[in-house]
Amino acid sequence: MALSISTRQLDGVTILDLSGRITLGEGSVQLRDAIRDLIGKGEKNILLSLGDVNYIDSSGLGELVSAFTTAKNQNADVKLLNLTKKVKDVLQVTKLYTVFDIYDDEAHAIGSFK
Amino acid sequence: MDSVAEVEAAAEKLTQSAGMDEDESFRVVMAVREAAVNAVLHGNGYDPNKQISASFENTGKSLVITIADEGEGLDPAKLPDPLAPENLLRGTGRGIFLIRSFLDEVHFRQLHPGTELTLVKHLTPAEGKDTNQNLDTK
Repeated sequence: MALSISTRQLDGVTILDLSGRITLGEGSVQLRDAIRDLIGKGEKNILLSLGDVNYIDSSGLGELVSAFTTAKNQNADVKLLNLTKKVKDVLQVTKLYTVFDIYDDEAHAIGSFK
Repeated sequence: MDSVAEVEAAAEKLTQSAGMDEDESFRVVMAVREAAVNAVLHGNGYDPNKQISASFENTGKSLVITIADEGEGLDPAKLPDPLAPENLLRGTGRGIFLIRSFLDEVHFRQLHPGTELTLVKHLTPAEGKDTNQNLDTK
């Protein structure tokens, strides 16, 4: 299943609800475009909700990192919400778990941007 | 990328037939997929005239997967460490690391031309019955 992305706003935070796979050729480019679009519009608070992302590969990890660094360079934040066990596993192995702000609770995540 | 999907599906079939649990299956299938992506993109340089080949074997004790490309070769010793602080925020360079992390043995062999990766995942006593499969694909 390819990646689907829906966007919503809550308390000044843009939440991207991602569903599917973030992999080379299936979701990486969509994620990159979505993040660039938001940053281009001046969005500063971006929360990626990954609860329905059942697969990520090294390319997808690269896109998450690029999203994080692109946001930082524009004084914006990209944070992660609701990691599945598989995505968490991959982030831990690659030490990226230490790079991102990661939350299990949406309200808590939104509050962290203030 | 069709060949990558084909290799991924074959790896999934192999892990399932071996009775591997979902988490271990994910790790093995992901590693195999990374190897196939490397073979198509970095090995063969996305050249449609070059092929990758893959074989899948359950020896009863291990799953043994080989992925070979027809590219210019790869020196694994020259790959940067993706966990090093200076590399942690790089957008690329995690594929081989993930393969090594998720499997028990990874062997590189230069083919002149090409690189062959042999990936080995040991099975627990509860897993495994012999199944073999070969794929030749672009």
